[in-house]
Amino acid sequence: MEKPLPVPTPQTQPFWDALAEGRVELQHCADCERYIYYPRTHCPGCLTRDLEWRELSGNGVVHTYTVARRPTAPPWSEDLPQLIAVVELDEGPRLTTELVNVDPDAIEVGMRVQPVFQAVGEATLLLYEPA
Amino acid sequence: MGLRGDAAIVGVAEWKPERRPTREPMFSFEQYAELAKEALDDAGIGVNEVNGLCTTGVRESSMFAPATLSEYMGKPVNFAEHVDLGGASSAGMIWRAAAAIELGLCDVVVCATPAGPTPQPPGGPVNPGYLGASSGAFGSPQAEFDIPYGNLAQNCGYAQIAQRYAAEFGYDERALAKIAVDQRTNACAYPPAFFHGQPITVDDVLNSPMIADPLHLLEIVMPCSGGAAVVVASRERALRGNHRPAFLTGFGEHLAFKTPSYAEDLVRTPMKPAADKAFEMAGVARSEIDAAQLYDCYTITVLLALEDMGFCEKGDGARFVNEHDLTYAGDFPLNTNGGQLSFGQPGMSGGMSHVTEGARQIMGRGDANQLGRCDTVLVLNNGGIMSEQVALILRGE
Repeated sequence: MEKPLPVPTPQTQPFWDALAEGRVELQHCADCERYIYYPRTHCPGCLTRDLEWRELSGNGVVHTYTVARRPTAPPWSEDLPQLIAVVELDEGPRLTTELVNVDPDAIEVGMRVQPVFQAVGEATLLLYEPA
Repeated sequence: MGLRGDAAIVGVAEWKPERRPTREPMFSFEQYAELAKEALDDAGIGVNEVNGLCTTGVRESSMFAPATLSEYMGKPVNFAEHVDLGGASSAGMIWRAAAAIELGLCDVVVCATPAGPTPQPPGGPVNPGYLGASSGAFGSPQAEFDIPYGNLAQNCGYAQIAQRYAAEFGYDERALAKIAVDQRTNACAYPPAFFHGQPITVDDVLNSPMIADPLHLLEIVMPCSGGAAVVVASRERALRGNHRPAFLTGFGEHLAFKTPSYAEDLVRTPMKPAADKAFEMAGVARSEIDAAQLYDCYTITVLLALEDMGFCEKGDGARFVNEHDLTYAGDFPLNTNGGQLSFGQPGMSGGMSHVTEGARQIMGRGDANQLGRCDTVLVLNNGGIMSEQVALILRGE
């Protein structure tokens, strides 16, 4: 069964375009002094639309994770275990990702990780591996 | 501000949870009508006295759910709510019904959560349905930023919450397992529970398969079919009913995110503001709670509820569990019907099972699990992945 892939919207297209080129770009709100994930039209603090795209290192730490021993849904049934994590970027935002190139038993909360730009079909996913 | 305590749960209906349904398949609006009739009969209230209804989604009608139900049952109503709070929808219905009654809009409100088998369309189900409560629609943040990484369904999110808890506070897996064990003891004193007659030990829980670290199979609810309803009525009508009314004297509701990746704090949950508001409104102390009916989709949910609802300090949940007997015979009766972990989780009716059990305890209608004295019950419903929280305080007079 095919895995569902992201379908960019006009608001999120710059994020996906940057990933395809091996860069992480997120929106920044000058008023709230914060980066925003996931990309969107309005700042989730002050609701301004005045957001600026900026490039980030993409590096961060594992905020939490799980090792899924049973598939979370049928498209992942041949892909176990799934290492599903929340990564906190050095610049603040947290994102959903999968960890790769790591022994499941070696994963720890707080572990430093770096981006892996994984092309899948038309999309590029933002995965993470130990830094 | 808040409720006066002039509306009460006066009747309940609950279908026995089944893994392989034996009940006749009915469309969900038909099940709603069936459950409503049973709950009204239980209350001793005529069907034509109904003038309000609350519902979750109706499977056959994604919009206009209340109107669909009003039309089908032939019941004009002055108040109708479609509550969309996931597993917290049941408790969300109860306070909305009570508030509408206290405002004088209506005096008999049905709140039902059908979860029985439905007839299948010719040719079988239309979609695979593996997305569950996650949205795969174009433009949905989940579809774009969560589902492609395999983050969907419930186990993964709760496992991540438990893992974060472990990193911040440590993790006593035997204490987590004891929650499931004590609740199973309760189920063994309540024949309608799915796992009645099947006691378990802490080792059974820890030896059950690891599903998503650190959650074992026996720490996770088992989906099943079923359904439940309650009738909420005005004080005046409640006092002429069949049972000791369970008055709603306080409630709180809080939500802040849908996917826990975007929660400000994964382990200090929206349960706290919901509980604080409910206790404050009811003017009740934590020590006055005779039974706690806390949403238990996973053991970690209960641990966080004990902490965030103020029964112990943050990080002290495991010690609390170890120091208290959580059974119906114990010093902190918790999920006296077995909870969803041992009663079963009949879909959206899982949350309602905490409401029905709380009401039954106050009415004095339990089975072997009936508490000797039960005047004050705390109910917590939790929706999504620790996202939507509704707390209720029920009191008998």
